[in-house]
Amino acid sequence: MRIRLSELEPGEAAVIEDVVLPESERQLLIRFGFFDGAEVRCSRRAPLGDPVVYSVDGSEVALRTETACRIFASPVDRKACERTG
Amino acid sequence: MNQLLQTVPSLAAKSRQQIRTVALIGPPNSGKTTLFNRLTNLRQKVGNYPGITVEQHTGVMAVGDQEITIVDLPGVYSLNPYSEDERVAVNVLNGTMDGMPRPEAVLLVLDATNLTRHLSLAAPVIALGLPTLALLNMGDLLTKRSGSIDAVKLAGDLGIPVAIVSATMGTGLDAVGRFLQQADSPAHTTLPILQDVRECRKWAARVASESDYRPPLPPAWSRRIDDILLHKVWGPLVFMIVVGAVFQTVFGVGQPLSNALQDLLTEMAQKAAPFIANGFLRSLLLDGIWKGVSSVLVFLPQILVLFLFIGLLEDSGYLARAALIADRTMSFVGLNGKAFIPLLSAYACAVPAIMASRTIENKRDRLATILIAPFMTCSARLPIYTLLIAAFIPERPVVGVFLGTRALAMLLLYVLGFVAAIGTAKMLKSSVLRSTSAPFVLELPEYRWPTLRSVGLRLMDRGRVFVQQAGTVILFMSLLVWGLTNLPLHQGHPPALEDSVVAHLGHFIEPAIRPLGFNWKIGVGLLTSVVAREVIVGTLGTLYGRDPQTQSVSLQAALQHDLTFSGAMALLVFFAFAMQCTSTLAVVRRETNSWMWPAIQFFYMTGLAFLAALFVHGLLSAIN
Repeated sequence: MRIRLSELEPGEAAVIEDVVLPESERQLLIRFGFFDGAEVRCSRRAPLGDPVVYSVDGSEVALRTETACRIFASPVDRKACERTG
Repeated sequence: MNQLLQTVPSLAAKSRQQIRTVALIGPPNSGKTTLFNRLTNLRQKVGNYPGITVEQHTGVMAVGDQEITIVDLPGVYSLNPYSEDERVAVNVLNGTMDGMPRPEAVLLVLDATNLTRHLSLAAPVIALGLPTLALLNMGDLLTKRSGSIDAVKLAGDLGIPVAIVSATMGTGLDAVGRFLQQADSPAHTTLPILQDVRECRKWAARVASESDYRPPLPPAWSRRIDDILLHKVWGPLVFMIVVGAVFQTVFGVGQPLSNALQDLLTEMAQKAAPFIANGFLRSLLLDGIWKGVSSVLVFLPQILVLFLFIGLLEDSGYLARAALIADRTMSFVGLNGKAFIPLLSAYACAVPAIMASRTIENKRDRLATILIAPFMTCSARLPIYTLLIAAFIPERPVVGVFLGTRALAMLLLYVLGFVAAIGTAKMLKSSVLRSTSAPFVLELPEYRWPTLRSVGLRLMDRGRVFVQQAGTVILFMSLLVWGLTNLPLHQGHPPALEDSVVAHLGHFIEPAIRPLGFNWKIGVGLLTSVVAREVIVGTLGTLYGRDPQTQSVSLQAALQHDLTFSGAMALLVFFAFAMQCTSTLAVVRRETNSWMWPAIQFFYMTGLAFLAALFVHGLLSAIN
């Protein structure tokens, strides 16, 4: 199943498959750990709902929904979540 | 894995040369600045790289009996020149930066608690072929949170020496001195294709795992603090308390300190006066130079108080959370959460606010923030607001005892500035400063205790930059105004104010400001208050004090006699919008590193002020 990163609920994790953004934005996101193959976990939403904080590569990085909805990923099942978490 | 690898050229022949300049490079949040401060012990210079806005920090470090220059490069994640910061880093490292010799060695700072990610910067740095020492910073935190790294294996893999250090605690730094006395070029090693960022990251992950890197446990207590500070209800509540505290402190502590400093400086001038021969020299020294310098120095307490707060918020990690909470609201005007604190500070004074906009990495957002900040009602507008409101608006209750007409007028002026700022932001962000290629990415660092040393250094740094840069321009402008009020000389004596060049200028611009309901005296006030808004009160005091008709009455009464109601309201609106502050212009020039932006800002704001005052005067005259 393929979802948008913005559809992740806090606590859920997914592996990024595709970043559909202009090259310069993709380059920026890669530096923060968002690239295909990377596992990302949704940690929490900002109090007003947007941006959303993701746990990636051991650090916490916030993205706006407008960016996160252009990143496609496949959800990691619950068991895998528990193993890595 | 793609095996398209390249090998570093051996520069053995060039190694072991005398090292005079060394570059310090590392990703943002790697503790690079703390390390720089440690190594140089404050012996540093702050400037701008020629032609661009990136700030250049250089310092001196003593190694043995020689002195080595350390260049602190901007924080970068890679050496692919996408951002201005990265271009600077690449140019300095390649020796193609104007007026800067190519460094003979590199200190690569990486966050040991974030090594998998930070290591990808090692590849392009090692590929330069310069002698390089990798400093794994925050080694103390790594151990504390049960992480580990085999530095010897890592050094073998990278082909460069590796040292585990802690810039905050000052441990492990003797390795830097040893390295600089005996620096070798990197050994042969295999590196990924540097242009392929993904390959670099895969390489970094492989190197980390080969060096037995065990990442630290997630900072559990940091997450727990976030459970409260980013909570749906408590988060915004704490945010508002923090914002209120910043505002209150800058006003409540900074302002009285500024006033006290003003009194002290005035008293010093009075004490010094008898020791200087009366006449031209005393006037030049005290009225020209001393007053000019004082008018800058009095801002210093507010700036330091504000930066103390920002320093504590940033070093503790809360500033990033505040930006996260404010982002949703700020996005409505096309700005992001990081613009919030600078704009809030601008209610006290635009100068520190503009300096605080450095925390915004996106250049266009930062520029938009700088351009709208002076619309916020700063404390320098209060003297003229208070004077005109007291003189022209009778006090009547509007909402019982809670709100009177005068308080309402003051509130409306605050709203007016805010609306102008929002409108301008929206206009800029949907036209010339539209950001297309920079999404909002905000890293939330771990919470840490701010250290006295780091906050103190930041205060000194900002204070010094402000006094140096704004001080020179303000000094020049004050001397100019002083000169114009004291020329032309009559038989070697300065003229009466009405005969001075300034008065002639006032009469000269009178036709232009008459439609706004202003006379030539207000015109002179507008001219002199280009230096600083509050100057108009003093100028009007002098001018009306010399006029026989209004000599004996207070300034309030003189204004009531000389200005119509609609003219007074137009003047208030003019001050809400106009760009009358050389300190701000000087800081904008410094921060944007161009004369174009302060010029655009000056003409835009003053033009808007003129049109708004024209409209208000016309409207009120028609009604009356």
